[in-house]
Amino acid sequence: MYMIRKKTLALILTGIMITITALGVFGCEVSDSADTLTVFNYGEYLDPDMIKLFTKETGIKIKYEEATTPEEMYTKFKSGAIGYDLLCTSDYMLKRLINENEVREIDYSLFQYKDNIGQKYWDFSKSFDPENKYTLPYFWGTLGILYDTTKVNGKIDSWDVLFNGEYAGQIIMQNAVRETFQITEKYLGYSLNTTDRDEIQKAYETLLKQKPDVQAYLVDEARDEVVAGNAAIAVVYSGEAYLGHKYNPDLEYVIPKEGSNVWLDSWCITKNCKNTEAACKFLDFLCRDDVALKNFEFIYYSTPNETVKENLPPEDQNDKYMFPDDSVTENCEVCTLTDPETNELLNKLWKELKAN
Amino acid sequence: MVEKLKSLLSRFYILIIILFLYSPIAVLIILSFNDSRSRVVWGGFTIRWYAALLHNSQIRVALGTTFLLAFLSAFISLVIGTAAALGIASMKKRSHKLMMMITNIPMLNADIVTGIALMLWIIQFMPLGFGSVLIAHITFNIPYVILAVMPKVKTMNISIYNAGRDLGAGPLRAFFELMLPQLSGGMISGFFMAFTMSMDDFVITYFTKGAGVNTLSTMIYGEIKKGIKPEIYALSTMIFVLVLVILMIMNNMPAKEKRKGEEERGNVYD
Repeated sequence: MYMIRKKTLALILTGIMITITALGVFGCEVSDSADTLTVFNYGEYLDPDMIKLFTKETGIKIKYEEATTPEEMYTKFKSGAIGYDLLCTSDYMLKRLINENEVREIDYSLFQYKDNIGQKYWDFSKSFDPENKYTLPYFWGTLGILYDTTKVNGKIDSWDVLFNGEYAGQIIMQNAVRETFQITEKYLGYSLNTTDRDEIQKAYETLLKQKPDVQAYLVDEARDEVVAGNAAIAVVYSGEAYLGHKYNPDLEYVIPKEGSNVWLDSWCITKNCKNTEAACKFLDFLCRDDVALKNFEFIYYSTPNETVKENLPPEDQNDKYMFPDDSVTENCEVCTLTDPETNELLNKLWKELKAN
Repeated sequence: MVEKLKSLLSRFYILIIILFLYSPIAVLIILSFNDSRSRVVWGGFTIRWYAALLHNSQIRVALGTTFLLAFLSAFISLVIGTAAALGIASMKKRSHKLMMMITNIPMLNADIVTGIALMLWIIQFMPLGFGSVLIAHITFNIPYVILAVMPKVKTMNISIYNAGRDLGAGPLRAFFELMLPQLSGGMISGFFMAFTMSMDDFVITYFTKGAGVNTLSTMIYGEIKKGIKPEIYALSTMIFVLVLVILMIMNNMPAKEKRKGEEERGNVYD
């Protein structure tokens, strides 16, 4: 038995040694160097070839990390486990980060291509970044109604179709508290950032009344249900609507006249960014005509970069899904709701709605 | 009559079970040949997603990381786990029980708790990266190896080892030639168990990985926001077929293997 123990000890030591060697080998790889940027973005939200191109042009390496929701990004960012330099996230989350003093001013004097971003989008940004100091617009879109023209009488132009009972059993709503309450508030003529308890209560009652007419509350599948002809009307984002129209030309997308949510995803530089000059270089690179075009073709969401439209073939320039008229978004609002009490109330009412 | 009905029912039952298990995979395989990105529109038969897969460096890198991670973590935890099994087996009854309990906890623990705990612990002394995921995977793999090797250690005939030592074999030689072969069955199953566990894991990897490190599962998760690309269906189909082929080969092997094993054991005992 004594021999076995000695052997065991030897084996354990071998194991420890192998581990240490392995750590040594992979430890070097993760050490931070000055010419590396750690970028945090949504999944599939940047053409990987553009990252390669940037590294080739500038020698700055990119460590790229992806997430699915703004909340997830916030949690990972706040945990401090990884030191992110650049973050791309959504309107209300940007407001929260700015409020919490987590981002730093972007030095636009280092930019060459900043003016490629249209004034309209800087104005959108003002709802969460009043002086356009902290964020750079990246992609945007709207929330609206995707409908099957063969199943609907005439043209749809109002949220009313969701609530008047005409299409009972044919409606797909978003399975998300934010979107569902936003459109209902807009339908009732309130701001979608309302913190008024009575208004929120009214919206809840309207949704409760509508519930028997709703076929299902879905997220990604909403588009496919209309494409497949299982439903006539769905509340979807413009990017999804574009794909829906592509798969099934009978489908139309509309931003109702009462107005809707316009979302904006923007870049910001974190407070802890070690190399702000490189970070600015990266952001400026993303604004450059050729890069913005390639990136647009990869992602296919509406871009705030106005050179993209000019560089597209004429037949793509008139795509009303990608480049809607300014008039369409007139009544739209950016979501900047960060009030924790209101969010809690909305979540509570949403749960009650779903449970009812 | 009753017998017939019974057998009919049991067949029907098995059919339903198989249907439930395999119809999702069948749908996935069909979609991997769909020439449309939509899940509900059939755009005609194509193999272009398989071609696209070969050119997608992101997927290639993620696949490489997944296999490297699975192999390294399985191998390292095999060494540590086997050593641990030998050590625990030679302990006194009480400490033996205690150690086995301790090794069982990580297996029963929720992944998310293990993941967050490992992340919090690892960032105390190193930045998150490939190394941190590797440590995490080794950590959760060791109990599986111990569990697989332990029964072999318990039924191992230690006299063979002692006899070898008496007849002049050095401790190393005796260990590798007389002790290890007796454990090899458990070690192999432990290794493969650890390998699959590592390949399968999402939650722990998600919490312990650094920026820029992606396994297949974390990469696919990142795609959810914009919808999963058909390349992933193609990749999943290929992995499924690969596993199927390996299983078929393995299922046809044991007949030979067993005979060989018996002969060897016979020799040793004779």
